[in-house]
Amino acid sequence: MPRLPLEGLRVLEITVVWAGPYCGSFLADLGAEVIRVESTKAFVPLTRGAAPHLTQAVIDNLPLYSGGTPGRVPGERPFNRSPMFNSHARNKRSMTVNLLDPGGREIFDRLVAISDVLVENNPTETMEKLGISYESLKAVKDNIIMLRMPAYGSTGPYRDFRAHGVHIEGVVGHTMLRGYEDTDASYNTTVLMSDAAAGAQGAFAVLAALHHRKRTGEGQLVELGQAENVFPFLGEYYMDHLMNGRAHGPTGNRHPRALQNCYPCAGDNRWVAVTVYDNQQWRALCQVIGAPDLEADAGLADAAARRSRQDEIDPRIAAWTRTQSPDAAMHALQERGIPAGAVMNQADVFADSHVRSRQFFQESFQEDCGAHLYPGPLYKMSATPLSIRRGPVMFGQDNEYVYRELLGYSAEEYEAFEAAGHVGTDYAEGVG
Amino acid sequence: MANGALTGLKVLDFSHHVAGPYCSKLLADYGAEVIKIEPPSGDGARRFGPFPGDVAHPEKSGLFLHLNTNKRGAVIDLKRTQSAGLVERLAVWADIVVENFRPGVADRLGIGYERLLGLNPALVYTSISNFGQTGPYRDYRGSEIVFYGMGGEMHSTGLAEREPLKLGGNVGLYQAGVVAAVATMGATLAGSFSIDDSADTATGQHIDVAILETQLGSVDRRQSALLAHQYTGELSHRPASGGSGGYPNAVYPCADGYFQINGSRMYFPRAVAMLGNPPELLEERWRDPGSQGNPEMQEHFESEYFLPWLLQRTRAEAWEGAQGNRVLSGPINTMADLDVDPSFNARGVFTEADHPAAGRLRYPGRPFMMDRSPWELRRTAPLLGQHTVEILEEMGYAGDEIAELVDSAVAATTSATQE
Repeated sequence: MPRLPLEGLRVLEITVVWAGPYCGSFLADLGAEVIRVESTKAFVPLTRGAAPHLTQAVIDNLPLYSGGTPGRVPGERPFNRSPMFNSHARNKRSMTVNLLDPGGREIFDRLVAISDVLVENNPTETMEKLGISYESLKAVKDNIIMLRMPAYGSTGPYRDFRAHGVHIEGVVGHTMLRGYEDTDASYNTTVLMSDAAAGAQGAFAVLAALHHRKRTGEGQLVELGQAENVFPFLGEYYMDHLMNGRAHGPTGNRHPRALQNCYPCAGDNRWVAVTVYDNQQWRALCQVIGAPDLEADAGLADAAARRSRQDEIDPRIAAWTRTQSPDAAMHALQERGIPAGAVMNQADVFADSHVRSRQFFQESFQEDCGAHLYPGPLYKMSATPLSIRRGPVMFGQDNEYVYRELLGYSAEEYEAFEAAGHVGTDYAEGVG
Repeated sequence: MANGALTGLKVLDFSHHVAGPYCSKLLADYGAEVIKIEPPSGDGARRFGPFPGDVAHPEKSGLFLHLNTNKRGAVIDLKRTQSAGLVERLAVWADIVVENFRPGVADRLGIGYERLLGLNPALVYTSISNFGQTGPYRDYRGSEIVFYGMGGEMHSTGLAEREPLKLGGNVGLYQAGVVAAVATMGATLAGSFSIDDSADTATGQHIDVAILETQLGSVDRRQSALLAHQYTGELSHRPASGGSGGYPNAVYPCADGYFQINGSRMYFPRAVAMLGNPPELLEERWRDPGSQGNPEMQEHFESEYFLPWLLQRTRAEAWEGAQGNRVLSGPINTMADLDVDPSFNARGVFTEADHPAAGRLRYPGRPFMMDRSPWELRRTAPLLGQHTVEILEEMGYAGDEIAELVDSAVAATTSATQE
């Protein structure tokens, strides 16, 4: 048994923004050597932050996930300090090469020749511009596995359409479903659920292709159109359309069959989420909130009736939750077997006894950020425990390892690559 | 000829509802042989809709039909101690076990990982639970909204003046199922790439997937917001209005519904080009970074130029116009729109199949394409107990033994369960 499941596997990443890097993080956690192929000559916004050299004024106006660098200051190399990148960049390596330069292409091909998998999530036309295709990779490494993750696929009427996750969610019908019941879609705020789906399901796709390679010896091209990829997550809504022609609007926090909502708690902006599925949970809820009249109401004795009269029940629940902290409400309800959860902000999560006991956060160090607690692997393995072995990878951090050790270039060649702008630890002037 | 990527993998599936079945569906849809074990009452998803005409029927649940393609099903009453011998044979047969009972229940049913790994040391045993197999909330109940509220970025989803808002449907449960499938395949491939030969002796192990942690580690803003809090001490917040700040950067009404456009800040020149480069919008002041936070300029831009352009266009026309100028954008579709979507249809996203009870239906098909080992719908979801007899036969039971298992209600077949 190896120390980690994917030890010995080498994965190259030409990934941007969220979905592609997230895919790579699953493979890196499992022990693969994941090498980010980056370039000093190109910066894709929202990958290593909003821009390569953020100023204080820009950082001050960015949302927390992209502007929340350590201490909210840019530092010398802000691109090594962005939480939107560093949160998933653990356990990876980074090398730089200019793929638009023929010399760079030769370096890249040597790397492909000793790799097993390439993951990319660029617009189709970007990869065409770089001249990187499954065929070009296969010519260098016959059993290579390539995962492509364009928004809508490399064929079809939308092949060149640009999208982020939020657009993909609109196209597949998720945006129409989420939102307050009494507001229209224009009130929706931005979520990135489809990036999570693409990253995780993309990692599954790579593992499936590796299983096929193990069995047959052959590599292959895997194409994951991100809209198509997340569509199965909404399968029951599609089936309802087919079976009943039902068009779904925003469902708010309600449940189709159960009593469910998000209720206010004591304090400012404090909330608890509650779901009451069955009669036992309903009776327990009535007892916890001190509502014997509701418990005795024969008209509320089944889930469908409670669901249809939720508007009169909700204020009664809220009257009780307003006297409770989110934690106290959660524990009181859970002790009676009722699904309930404190709506936790970031500080709540770090303080939560359960999250702490599971050691979800792990301390890690990175030169440009110092030591911090990082969100760790997403599951536990008994025989091959996963961990953060390496802090969030800095831009070009592993150039020497990749060029000298893996590719066997000489010190002189390495210096020449540095001079030519392939090797670097900062973006070239004017980039971004 | 079966050529799915996971051909040869054998999966014993004790899971129910959404997260577990979606995990085993991914394995089944890409070629693994999955035996789904249901209790006599069936997977609870059979009782959830949607149902045709909203009439409940255990063989016609849209959710169940969707989540259980390519699996064979047997009904085994694990609460009866006589099921122990059958469980032993199934555990020896399997490469992978998937279960999503509450912690402790699998042990009580005689299918806990210690027992099954004792029978088959190479077994990859994946447990999916609300909060994990350990910790103070181990026995707590969960639901989609509870997982998103505790684990995900619910507190920053929705509007500042309103309550936090969950996402649509069961998307968090599906995501947990995918993460479980990643973990399962990672463990299954353990040792396959090690250059050290002595390491290539894969042994089994237990995987503990907590749905809570699949949200805490979600790239949907949570991972980064948690880390940003570490870095700065700040908290994320629900915004005051829809969209993501700046303009145009939200969902807007158009001629036939709603349309999302994100052409703010650095992308603003593209949005102006989309509007035909009106001379006023080419003036220097619109390129000042401060302009994106100026409500009067936003109001002027929207009322004079942007909304008139958009309200004259259907979603399809707006999408063409926006994409023609490389503006990030997309229509707000319903399932009816998606059903006739030209790209989804041209690229073969849907698959049609006949089911003995539910009839001919279209199904959401492949999530991704594999050119050498494609996704394939080999069979629709099993009827309750449909394959009980053939599976018992494959496990080496003789006809009279099978009859006895059925008589003593340890196993049930389709005809028995439908009475």
